[in-house]
Amino acid sequence: MTLIVILALPLLAALLSSIRPLRLYASAITIVSTSACFALALYVSAQVIERGRVVALPGWFEADGLSALMLVLVSFVVALASVFARGYMQHGHDERRLWWFYGNYNLLVFALLAVPSLAEPNLVWVAVELITLFSVLLVGFDNTSNALEAAWKFAVLTIMGAPIALLGFFLLFWTYRSTTGGAWETWEGLRAVAASMDPNLLKLSFLLVFVGFGAKTGLAPMHTWLPDAHSQAPTPVCAVLSGVKTTVPLYVILRFLSIVLASPAARVGNWMIALGLVSVGIAAFLLIQVRDYKRMFAFSTVEHMGIILTAAGMATQAADFGAVSQILNHAITKSLCFYVAGAMLLILSTREIASVRGLFRVSPFAGGALVLCSLAIAGAPPFPIFLSELSILSAGVHAGHKLVVAVLGVLIVIAFVAILSHVNRMVMGEPGAQVSAGVLPTTCRFTVWAAAVPVVLLGVYVPAPVHNLLQLAAHQLGGR
Amino acid sequence: MSTSIADALNTLSAGLILISAFAMVATRQVQGVLRFFVAQSVLLAASSFLLAYSRASVHLWALGAITIIAKVLAIPWVLRRLLPAEFYERREIAQAVNIPTSLLLALMLTVVAEFLMGPIVAATHDPVIRVNLPIGLAGILIGAYSLVARREAIPQLIGILAMENGAFFAGVAISPELPLIAELAVAVDVVLIAVVVGLLTRNIRETVGTTEAAALDKLKEEASA
Repeated sequence: MTLIVILALPLLAALLSSIRPLRLYASAITIVSTSACFALALYVSAQVIERGRVVALPGWFEADGLSALMLVLVSFVVALASVFARGYMQHGHDERRLWWFYGNYNLLVFALLAVPSLAEPNLVWVAVELITLFSVLLVGFDNTSNALEAAWKFAVLTIMGAPIALLGFFLLFWTYRSTTGGAWETWEGLRAVAASMDPNLLKLSFLLVFVGFGAKTGLAPMHTWLPDAHSQAPTPVCAVLSGVKTTVPLYVILRFLSIVLASPAARVGNWMIALGLVSVGIAAFLLIQVRDYKRMFAFSTVEHMGIILTAAGMATQAADFGAVSQILNHAITKSLCFYVAGAMLLILSTREIASVRGLFRVSPFAGGALVLCSLAIAGAPPFPIFLSELSILSAGVHAGHKLVVAVLGVLIVIAFVAILSHVNRMVMGEPGAQVSAGVLPTTCRFTVWAAAVPVVLLGVYVPAPVHNLLQLAAHQLGGR
Repeated sequence: MSTSIADALNTLSAGLILISAFAMVATRQVQGVLRFFVAQSVLLAASSFLLAYSRASVHLWALGAITIIAKVLAIPWVLRRLLPAEFYERREIAQAVNIPTSLLLALMLTVVAEFLMGPIVAATHDPVIRVNLPIGLAGILIGAYSLVARREAIPQLIGILAMENGAFFAGVAISPELPLIAELAVAVDVVLIAVVVGLLTRNIRETVGTTEAAALDKLKEEASA
């Protein structure tokens, strides 16, 4: 029941924020509904930890460990982003258009939450497609030629993936129906009969879904839209896109992967490792030559998606635990990065790395936050990403993938050095004479503080419920 | 009408769907591309009605009706409402690849689709699946190719929608018992694609002044952004 309420709330909020007399309060409505979603998602995951599975409507709306983790992450990021948006969107945006932004934002929230709550794969495809459609107009919201260019590339590349994935879903449905003799298709049912399904069909359908949703996740070489969209969209949207919108299609790929892994004849693990490494490699080298700090964080998203895929491809329990921890840590850290980037944009009104100098002097708050979030996202100890990357690397050693671990380790170090050398250039030194510090709205300041709390906390102490949820989620990935 | 005649007619519409995919690649005028897309959607609906009849499937009747409403009626209507008429009269002069070469490449993609689906259709004896799966995949690949080769926004959008048609043509054969809600949702989704991309195209035309996708190349790493 709670699951259905979680999905109904954003729809209600979207409706309310587009009713004319309520349009002025669209921002408040969004904050209330997304926070309520977060609270309910926590409640659902508490139930999942207790019982292993929450069923709202059998065969339609169900949540296991992995879904509960995604629900919590999505609702956490969208709730904070809507607080950030309250202050951020007042600058340089026409107030009469803002209701439209919030309406669209709530629809995006609905689609993001629908993907993990749905148990029927074909409906999941629809929800993933809705995510793309609702985010395209948010990316182009600023209506500048750059924003529209980003939105166009984003739309074409990611919508193009959808029909390819759709054929994959049809093939999966076909083989599932012919194996079970017409049972209702769910993720759980698929895994149960995966071993007796036709491995060729299973592999082909996984390939199609991987290509189609890999484009939506931003895996190389289909990543080219990602830095554009994640740098040109309004910052609260960037936080949502980079923090969770990329991992939600990846969640579907991982579900598929767990089905394929359950079939002993269809071996795809090594392919996932190779493709994951390609993404990490391309991102690491592009991080060196990046010129725009929002694009820098966007490329680091490509890197993290590659790391998660590599870990999932190793298909051991330890690596799966690393992969889901990385999903969690990426979501909380990357959204913090974009709040900081948004704060910098408000203060400095430039996105170029080269023209930012002496940020510590201009704004100690932004400078300190930038150093903190960059260390965290690059994977420095004692931040949570360091821990999850370390657990992935050690799981790789245990699984016998020594070469993979070596390559992955080198690439992570390259990305680390690249990010921190850019950040070092931005925070140190004397500010240029022309810099005029803009004012930072209170809500933006609050969001940065609030988003930093879990990033700092989870690095030193992982509470037992979080650990249990991660273990339940890792179990769903089907590693041995 | 016996089952074998229905299957033969299905094979005929498969051939026509493939021909309309080629026609979309070969047409310069935006209006013409849209017309061939509508024709392809009509053929898709006809094919699902045929299968609905021969297999007595309520789902496929519904799917055919949904296809007519969404792709034959709603999408052209939405595009005409969103974009002025001069859009449709435009001819694309600069295509990335000239038309004879494009047609040859589309032919190659059809062969590739046949080849990829070969081992899978070899395992089944259903004549409809043997026809629809390779042709559906060919439709997807040709649609994806036309996205790369086309320079104008609307033909690119229609390329995406044609890919969607290809996926559905394979879908009517292999997964006719798909939950109705999923079919409805997919249809709504297809119309939403047209709305969103149409809106975006209109904004791009108003702000950038052109709808040539090639003009959108400011954002990259090397040159000054």
